[in-house]
Amino acid sequence: MIFPALFFYLFSGVCIAAAVMVVASRNPVHSVLFLILAFVNAAALFILLGAEFLAMILIIVYVGAVLVLFLFVVMMLDVDFAELRQGFLQYLPIGALLGGILLIELVLVLVGWTIAPGARQTIAAPIPPPASVLNAEALGHVLYTRYVYFFQAAGVVLLVAMIGAIVLTLRHKPYVKRQSIAEQIARTKASAIEIVKVRPGQGL
Amino acid sequence: MTIGLGHYLTVAAILFTIGIFGIFLNRKNVIIILMSIELILLAVNINLVAFSAFLGDLVGQVYALLVLTVAAAEAAIGLAILVAYYRNRGSIAVEDINLMKG
Repeated sequence: MIFPALFFYLFSGVCIAAAVMVVASRNPVHSVLFLILAFVNAAALFILLGAEFLAMILIIVYVGAVLVLFLFVVMMLDVDFAELRQGFLQYLPIGALLGGILLIELVLVLVGWTIAPGARQTIAAPIPPPASVLNAEALGHVLYTRYVYFFQAAGVVLLVAMIGAIVLTLRHKPYVKRQSIAEQIARTKASAIEIVKVRPGQGL
Repeated sequence: MTIGLGHYLTVAAILFTIGIFGIFLNRKNVIIILMSIELILLAVNINLVAFSAFLGDLVGQVYALLVLTVAAAEAAIGLAILVAYYRNRGSIAVEDINLMKG
């Protein structure tokens, strides 16, 4: 079948092109939108690999929440992005040099690697045949039994991140009027009302 | 024309390199640096899922799930720090972040 190869090249090509546009785009809003494109294509690659649950997580959690958060922050900050791009060409040579060195290293690894002969005997949780058990179900069987502590730790990480984000961005503006329930309840007749005798013809 | 493990690893390597390159290219803009980190973590996830699929081991996908969690937490904290910093200084240029320098 030629279609899996065709779709692989389509999705990976679009993903890489979108990633290039993320770092090269002039406008950060365009960068975020290209990042969304890259993540959607990566999710398609995950589906080609048979990891449907991760693909859906990538779209729902990543594209739906994290990248929209990026978009909100980019639109909320009123920053002169043209000024931030001034050293763009200045950093291009060193970036290209380091990126090139890294790519050469990764290519050398890709050319030279082999799977160790004993690796296939040490599989911790073999993937069941997709016809009988779906990917999400198989992942749940592993995640909620053998790796339940890792799952809980991931929950703790998210909780700490949530508390941290709230603590970092919460602020009390002194000029905003807020309801103080304790103060309202503590009001008595003596403190709220003052009776003044007004004599006729004299005023106060 | 079968797609093997090497193809996926190549895609992940290219994405990783683009992420590193983006950090150096946009040294002044914290938002693009955060997005480059997201690209790097995406490359790592592609690696994990590719090995998981071709070796037939489900643990790689569990690990990719944990990497996703940490990446989401990192993005939330990073953006919160960015917003707090922008409120205090009125800019997000990286070279202005030197208040703690002695």
